[in-house]
Amino acid sequence: MDIVGPLLVQVLVTGLTLGFVYAIIALGYTMVYGVLQLINFAHSEVFVTGAVVGFEAFRILAPVALNAYLKLLIALFAAMLVAGVLNVVIERLAYRPLRGAPRLVPLITAIGVSLILQDLLKFLEGTQGRFNLVYELPTEFNSQLSLPAFVTSLGVRLSVKDILIVVIALLMLAFLNYLVNRTRVGRAIRAVAQDRTTAGLMGIDANRMIALTFLIGGALGGVGGVMFGLQFGTVNAYSGIIPGIKAFTAAVLGGIGSIPGAVLGGLVLGLLENFLGIISIFGSLFQPLSFLQAIGAEYKDIGAFLALILILMLKPQGLLGRGNTEKV
Amino acid sequence: MKRIGAITLALVGALSLGSSLAQTRQTIKIATLSPLSGGQSNLGTQIRNGAQLALNEYRQRFANLGFNLQLVAYDDQAEPATGTASARRIAADRDILAVVGTLNSGVAIPASEVLAPANVAMVSPANTANAVTDRALKNMNRIVARDDAQGPAAGRYIIQTLKAKTAYVLNDKTAYGEGLSAEVEKYLKANGVRVLGSEGTEEKNNFQPLIIKIRALNPDVIYFGSIYDQAGVFIKQLRDAGVKAKVMGGDGWDSTDLQRIAGSAAAGALFTTVAAPLSELPTARSFAALYKKTFNTDAQGFGANGYDSAKVVLQGVLNAIRSNGNKLPTRAQVQTAIRGINATGLLSGSLRFNSVGDRQSATMYIVEVRPNLSTRVAAELTVEPPRR
Amino acid sequence: MTAALRPSPRSDRTWLLVGYAAITSFLMLVFEKNLPAVLQSGLLVLFLANLLFAFQWRAAPWARLVVALGSLIVVLPLVGRQNTGIFDLAIQISIFAALALGLNIVVGLAGLLDLGYVAFFAVGAYLWGIFASPQIGRILGNAGLSSVNPNLFWLFLILAIAAAAIVGIVIGLPVLKLRGDYLAIVTLGLGEVIRVLATNLTKYTNGSQGITPIGSAPVPILNSIANSLGFAPEQFNLFFLYFLVLLIILLVIIVNMRLDRSRIGRAWIAIREDEVAAQAMGIPLVRTKLLAFASGASFAGIMGVVFAAKQQFISPESFNFFQSIGVLSMVILGGMGSIPGVILGATVVTLLNLNLLPALSEQIQGAFPGGLNATLDPAQYQRLVFGIILVLMMLFRPEGLLPNVRRKIEMHEGDGAVGAVDSLGDNAERHANDGALTTGRNIGTDSRSPGLATREENDRTGGEK
Repeated sequence: MDIVGPLLVQVLVTGLTLGFVYAIIALGYTMVYGVLQLINFAHSEVFVTGAVVGFEAFRILAPVALNAYLKLLIALFAAMLVAGVLNVVIERLAYRPLRGAPRLVPLITAIGVSLILQDLLKFLEGTQGRFNLVYELPTEFNSQLSLPAFVTSLGVRLSVKDILIVVIALLMLAFLNYLVNRTRVGRAIRAVAQDRTTAGLMGIDANRMIALTFLIGGALGGVGGVMFGLQFGTVNAYSGIIPGIKAFTAAVLGGIGSIPGAVLGGLVLGLLENFLGIISIFGSLFQPLSFLQAIGAEYKDIGAFLALILILMLKPQGLLGRGNTEKV
Repeated sequence: MKRIGAITLALVGALSLGSSLAQTRQTIKIATLSPLSGGQSNLGTQIRNGAQLALNEYRQRFANLGFNLQLVAYDDQAEPATGTASARRIAADRDILAVVGTLNSGVAIPASEVLAPANVAMVSPANTANAVTDRALKNMNRIVARDDAQGPAAGRYIIQTLKAKTAYVLNDKTAYGEGLSAEVEKYLKANGVRVLGSEGTEEKNNFQPLIIKIRALNPDVIYFGSIYDQAGVFIKQLRDAGVKAKVMGGDGWDSTDLQRIAGSAAAGALFTTVAAPLSELPTARSFAALYKKTFNTDAQGFGANGYDSAKVVLQGVLNAIRSNGNKLPTRAQVQTAIRGINATGLLSGSLRFNSVGDRQSATMYIVEVRPNLSTRVAAELTVEPPRR
Repeated sequence: MTAALRPSPRSDRTWLLVGYAAITSFLMLVFEKNLPAVLQSGLLVLFLANLLFAFQWRAAPWARLVVALGSLIVVLPLVGRQNTGIFDLAIQISIFAALALGLNIVVGLAGLLDLGYVAFFAVGAYLWGIFASPQIGRILGNAGLSSVNPNLFWLFLILAIAAAAIVGIVIGLPVLKLRGDYLAIVTLGLGEVIRVLATNLTKYTNGSQGITPIGSAPVPILNSIANSLGFAPEQFNLFFLYFLVLLIILLVIIVNMRLDRSRIGRAWIAIREDEVAAQAMGIPLVRTKLLAFASGASFAGIMGVVFAAKQQFISPESFNFFQSIGVLSMVILGGMGSIPGVILGATVVTLLNLNLLPALSEQIQGAFPGGLNATLDPAQYQRLVFGIILVLMMLFRPEGLLPNVRRKIEMHEGDGAVGAVDSLGDNAERHANDGALTTGRNIGTDSRSPGLATREENDRTGGEK
């Protein structure tokens, strides 16, 4: 069947763009986990905050005659700033007082903060009479790219915003890589992540580095939020829960604590999810595979979880997680 | 020790004050039961607000009869166990004579079981699942059409007017969407339409894999039993991907938010509902304006249905008061009065219930979104529940 | 309240306890019916505090016993007769308490963070739900069959224990080799898998439409007792379930206590404290963890049956991720590893969620007869209130409301002064309030997590590969 090739190419394209969104959000989880060994459940709401700020930026800028890409840049910076600062505030108020407490304690505050933020966001937009926020994107973002004929014959359709998402993600990754691996600050963060006590002895202010990590993680969450808004067009106060869980799954899949792992995990999850979403069509196209018809789109999420379990069984530290030597 | 004594004293004082206050006036309370917190709270709030407007409208009439009318909104969080707990508290408050609710059939079923022994009548603004009234409870009524009335109506339109040969059926994996889609699918299959695929999805954002499949199979019609916020995103992504098939849904799409979310992609979308479009009737227009003025948000279909349900309840209570010699009626009397009602002046026309609480015969509108995103009635069908 | 929770060990409060119980019971019986909702729930809280005081206060054993049993067996059912809502609430609290006790084994004793616990609850609920409803007829293609023999309820209670335990083992086997946070995300995922299966295996579970009506065992004797006590016929089922639930809770508590002190209980604690050391001491890791997983699951299984019988309706919505989080919050709020604490946590969370917060919002709404702007409606913000409570609790009393003594000492290890371990925990108690946790002082030191960390994980990397 000549239909299968285009199908797979399309899934590849949509899966990768989704994967980059997951990857950017997953980075926020993995960085915080790296320094504090804390699952920052509130990260999903930090991400939604970014999406909401992005929405507000586009809404306010909609009547302004400005270059569309400049608008996007403003939206991204605003989202990064607000989400980053929010994450720092969360850390200061809800996690820092709990350093040294058993791990479940900050985990519960994280869940609590997550619930608080959901309703706060709902309240803030609710006072304006809004719940489902619809991105008012400049029209040029939705236009289709004119691709060479042999590419379109493969079924590839790309809009400007697909390209934008990938470009933003790659820029963020390059910047993060530079920051973490090439700068003094990055080295300090890595030192704190590795051993807070020793880092402290070396004159590194662990608290500042942790706050900085939250700032970076939050800013990434903010970018992820705007990317999410770009790709799917709507967001509401409760939109973060599912993508948050998936991005965290991606972080674990890639090996939590590992930055390249989060990216890889995000991409794998995005591809896997979209592939599982279409698998039932092979059931209707090919008679011997008709049993696949029963695997509708409703199974795509649990498929991702089952894959996670499978990978963890084969490689308990995740795809790129470093093998942990037992210290006795 | 002293503190506890003081607390006890204060409590006793508050108790006596509370009970004396309660006895000076005759209060009639109407409850709403819908999700007010959590992900579906915007829908549940519409129901509550709609009911509130109906109460405001009737307040003077009750005052003339010497009653103080009050709305109490209960939250069910779209969750059956919470809904049952709320229903128990409704049953315990003797001033509550009837309930407007719920949003989810999954909550309505256990909640109505709890309210049935207490004779608290329920009028549902949203539950379409067949099982809601199939249990033939004395207290459970609804103003919307059943799945097995609404589904075939949609199916008939798909076959006769849209002349579709192939269809793709989706649902949102809730009791509402799944039930409705199943009825549509059954009707389509029985009448020779080829159903190319049928599946459910709880996804709220990423419909791309579904759309890839749909584009490959190229159906004439896509039916999606779902609520507008999910459908809006789906339609938008569908049109972005260049799929031209007609899209259709049920009364869950009855909201201007569908157009707001999907934007220009919403043009041509079709849905079935018993409530005429808010822009069509003058009464509906003034309702929408009042709603906007009171609550600072736009009225949606569920708001209109909440308003209608509350009106049915209030007319029922008035009838019960009248037949009780202008004295406070019992819950059982209200329950009987509501089941026997002949309600008029609703946004969805006039209404009578059959023996199990389904609307006897309703006009079902097929509503189409125009290219300028306003709505028009594309067809009117009369639907009847299987039982008279 | 603070004073009550932390009594000075010297004073005997027998008469205070009896007096308090008598007053609150009297008020409950007389006023519970016709009070504004907020006062009603306030009164309920004051009344339930009886049980707490009976447990906590220093008083003559007879007084404690009389107050506890009297409240549970006499007063609550009598109040429930007037107000079915209280009855329903009491059962719901008990169901959650048993769930929390089960999770307490997994999280509190064995230190395995399970975020999908409610899956086992679903297993029990669906097991009975399918067989005790017309669904079984649909599955077997026998439309006339509306239920199995309801007397099989008793058998199904046992079967549910077994089924949930088996599911626990099947799920646990691949997962338990992982540790810590991997386990958390995988259990979260598996919880979701069970819910999605319940939604999609329509043939067996009726999907999102849910299963109804679900019966429970016929108990003519109890019914006639209830009847002679003046209960309405529709309350008979709750009357039966209430006492059944009390009985199960009692059993669960006994099992919990025995486990806590048994060889296996000590093995769990050892694993929680240090997996490597425990393994070195000859504890079979996976088998011991599996046992914790399975016994925790079995509590959830049996309560699932009761839940299905009480609700008479089950659908996948009741088994979502938030329910798991809710149960976990109960464990944490009350105090991990502490049996009375966990029960208290379940009571507080359930009361807040199902009674106090809704009552409060009804009251506030009542003050705006013309309609309160939806955005300002307090009913809209239950998650907010719940979240604030969780955060404040963790910041100011992380060991929980009724901590396990050993736990509390661990929690305050960094405080310095508490190091002196007083076996009665008096010392720890006195220090429990000064600077709730390590505010700043501790930062430069160790990131060690006593308690739940299965081991030190300070060799993790942030950015480095």
